[in-house]
Amino acid sequence: MEVRGLDVWYGENQALRKVNLPFYKNRVHAIMGPSGCGKTTLLRCLNRMHELTPGTRVEGQIMLHGENLLELEPIIVRRNTGMVFQRPNPFPTMSIFDNVVAGYRLNGIKIQKIELDRIAEESLRKAALWNEVKDKLHKRGTFLSGGQQQRLCIARALAMNPAVLLLDEPTSALDPKSTASIEELIEELKTSVCLVLVTHNIAQAGRVSDYTAFMYLGELIEYGTTDKLFTVPQDKRTEEYLTGKFG
Amino acid sequence: MINDVKLVKRNLRKDRIFVGIISVFSLLCVVPLIVILYFIFVNGASSINWNLFTHDGGIGEEGAGILHAIIGTTEITLLASLIAIPVGILAGVWMAENTRGKFSGFARIVVDVMQGVPSVVLGMVVSIWIVKPFQSFSAFSGSVALAIMMLPVVIKNTEETLKLVPGSIKEAAYALGLPYHRIILKIVLPCGLSGILTGVLVAVARIAGETAPLIFTAFGANYVNLNIFKPMETIPGIIYKSYTFYGEGASVAWGASFVLVIFVLTINLIAKVVINRWKVKF
Amino acid sequence: MASPSRNNEMQLKTESSRKATLHVLFFERSFRKLLFAMVIFMILLIGAMLITLVVFSIPSITKFGFSFLTGTTWDPANDQFGAFSFVVGTLMTSILSLAFSIPFSMSVAIFLGEYFTSGTLSSVLNSALELLAGIPSIIYGIVGFFILNPFLIQLLKVFHIQYAGVGIFSAAFLLAIMIIPYSASIAREVIQLVPNDLKEAAYSLGATRYEVVTKIMIPYSMSGIFAGILLSFGRALGETMAVTMVVGNSSQLNWSVFGLGDTIASRIANEFGEAFGLHLSVLVEIGLLLMIITVFFGVLGRWIIQKTSVRD
Repeated sequence: MEVRGLDVWYGENQALRKVNLPFYKNRVHAIMGPSGCGKTTLLRCLNRMHELTPGTRVEGQIMLHGENLLELEPIIVRRNTGMVFQRPNPFPTMSIFDNVVAGYRLNGIKIQKIELDRIAEESLRKAALWNEVKDKLHKRGTFLSGGQQQRLCIARALAMNPAVLLLDEPTSALDPKSTASIEELIEELKTSVCLVLVTHNIAQAGRVSDYTAFMYLGELIEYGTTDKLFTVPQDKRTEEYLTGKFG
Repeated sequence: MINDVKLVKRNLRKDRIFVGIISVFSLLCVVPLIVILYFIFVNGASSINWNLFTHDGGIGEEGAGILHAIIGTTEITLLASLIAIPVGILAGVWMAENTRGKFSGFARIVVDVMQGVPSVVLGMVVSIWIVKPFQSFSAFSGSVALAIMMLPVVIKNTEETLKLVPGSIKEAAYALGLPYHRIILKIVLPCGLSGILTGVLVAVARIAGETAPLIFTAFGANYVNLNIFKPMETIPGIIYKSYTFYGEGASVAWGASFVLVIFVLTINLIAKVVINRWKVKF
Repeated sequence: MASPSRNNEMQLKTESSRKATLHVLFFERSFRKLLFAMVIFMILLIGAMLITLVVFSIPSITKFGFSFLTGTTWDPANDQFGAFSFVVGTLMTSILSLAFSIPFSMSVAIFLGEYFTSGTLSSVLNSALELLAGIPSIIYGIVGFFILNPFLIQLLKVFHIQYAGVGIFSAAFLLAIMIIPYSASIAREVIQLVPNDLKEAAYSLGATRYEVVTKIMIPYSMSGIFAGILLSFGRALGETMAVTMVVGNSSQLNWSVFGLGDTIASRIANEFGEAFGLHLSVLVEIGLLLMIITVFFGVLGRWIIQKTSVRD
């Protein structure tokens, strides 16, 4: 996937300025920066979720497999991308099984029951949740712990076989143990999807990602392999952020 | 050190007297309820007989019952609900989804205005609209009046219930690529089902007991009537007409009151059960 | 998964999705329009109501102007319409009912909002209030007619007051009971919203609970309490059935609380069914007047509540 020359305005404020950013297959990309730098805005543009905020304007291109995502129907874009949110949000009225296959069922996509079962098992295995819930598939999702709920949300997103999985601070609401297990999962997942992760936790970006982008005040300041960016940052501001001079 | 014993003692005494007064007044509030329920049950129960439920008849007539009133209330209430519930829920959804902007503020005021309209005035208007032009009272006009009464209650209740559904649930649904109508119908509304259902039940109980809007719309009849375009009797209506009659009339009034109160209490009980059993936790 | 097949998959999804999507988008747009249409319908409904009321009041307004509000002769048969006695009756019953109910609703609000916020006593009392609010007004009326009125006759005898058993006093008494749940529940909610640190600051200064309640909590929640009172006043003004069954239905002007009277709502309920022409127009006019006042208090009350909850 590639972001080209992306500008975003919320009303009068320009939230993103001319962002250019490539994402690579089967790699984990972290976007970090202080609050208000535009990282969440960028992430939400990737699956057209920015349109849910009234008064948002966008210019530029987001290319995926030769198509500009900004020109397609949002529903199509979202069915081909997956998103995981800060607070785990399984659908409270549905069972675990129904949650995982929600993307198919609720979209009215016609699929045989056997196929649904297969997709559910595969997604739950990928999300490292299968063994814990395989005999409780028909219980409500809200009975799981925070970490398990988040993995359920990951399974739900993975079930749609997305090209990209977007994660918006997925562990900031979780305890350290769950955080560690999600980070482990992210590393495993890169064999199946391209991952883009927004985080305010610098250490997490360093632990988990192959490429890191540093953003500040709506601009992409620096982007490179994680090793390089963390050890020899090119830009002074990157270095200051990494050393905690501003947060 | 400030230690005026007399002052402290007086303050403490004031405190105790205050609690006493508050408690007495509060508990006194229960008295009217007990009085009402007691007399309705005692007088009503003595009027309850098989005859009451199987006969219709004119006010004060020998052997008259309230069958036509029971059927009438059921029909009129059902029809009113059929009109008001879909419109109310959909409008409530819009309200919950559109909380900002001048128009939504205006719409909210309109709902408040609707809630403030006195029931007689509503009856007058509907009567002018539907009854006078055709020179005929009808159950249909009664249902329309009751539906208009129900509407703001259903709208407000739906709006408040849906506002409690966390935004992240909707976001997750959007991220899956779900279209708006499916998000609302298959995710958001099911989450708010218990609250909405409770509101609907309470609204139905309210209109079933309303009399004023029906006086000049449905008016009333002496016999069972299933035609909604003709006048129809209702339980509150028959209470109003028969309470001043001595003997048979008054007894019918108490019997009908008994039925009405039981009905209202039952619905309220069911509503409480619904909200406890089916409440969705986020 | 190799790149080419992923490519195809996405394209495939896009192609067939494009056809299905048009379908879906149509429903989506229609649904949004439907929601909006319902709101417009509701607004038009109220508009139509107002227009109807105004249009049908015109004959009366052109004939009498506003002087008919001050006239005291009400004689439909001879086209004499002076609605003053009904205005007086409405105001007397409602204001009196407020006066009767406030001590009770305030007490309940404080009782449930501060002293007993949970527990069996609290849920019992809360349920009792809910039930009181849920009882239809005709039931209040019938119990008022058969039970309350004889009771009041005896009660007032103690004070050496001759009471006919029906009249303004009965109506006000009944109304008071009916509106207690409304002002009580709103007041209770605002009282519960008083921040704890405010209360704790007062307690740490050595205040008694009575002082905290009366000098800190009540003033803090004053606007909410006031709004609740406004709302219950609006409710009392528009109440019809319970009032008409016990108020005496007399069209003569009467300033005595213990005399017979009538209210606007009650008079309309009694006469509109057979009214036509000028008579109808007069009734519509006073109905419109009543509605304006009721709606005014209702909207004002709710607006105040909204403002105060936003503040917190």
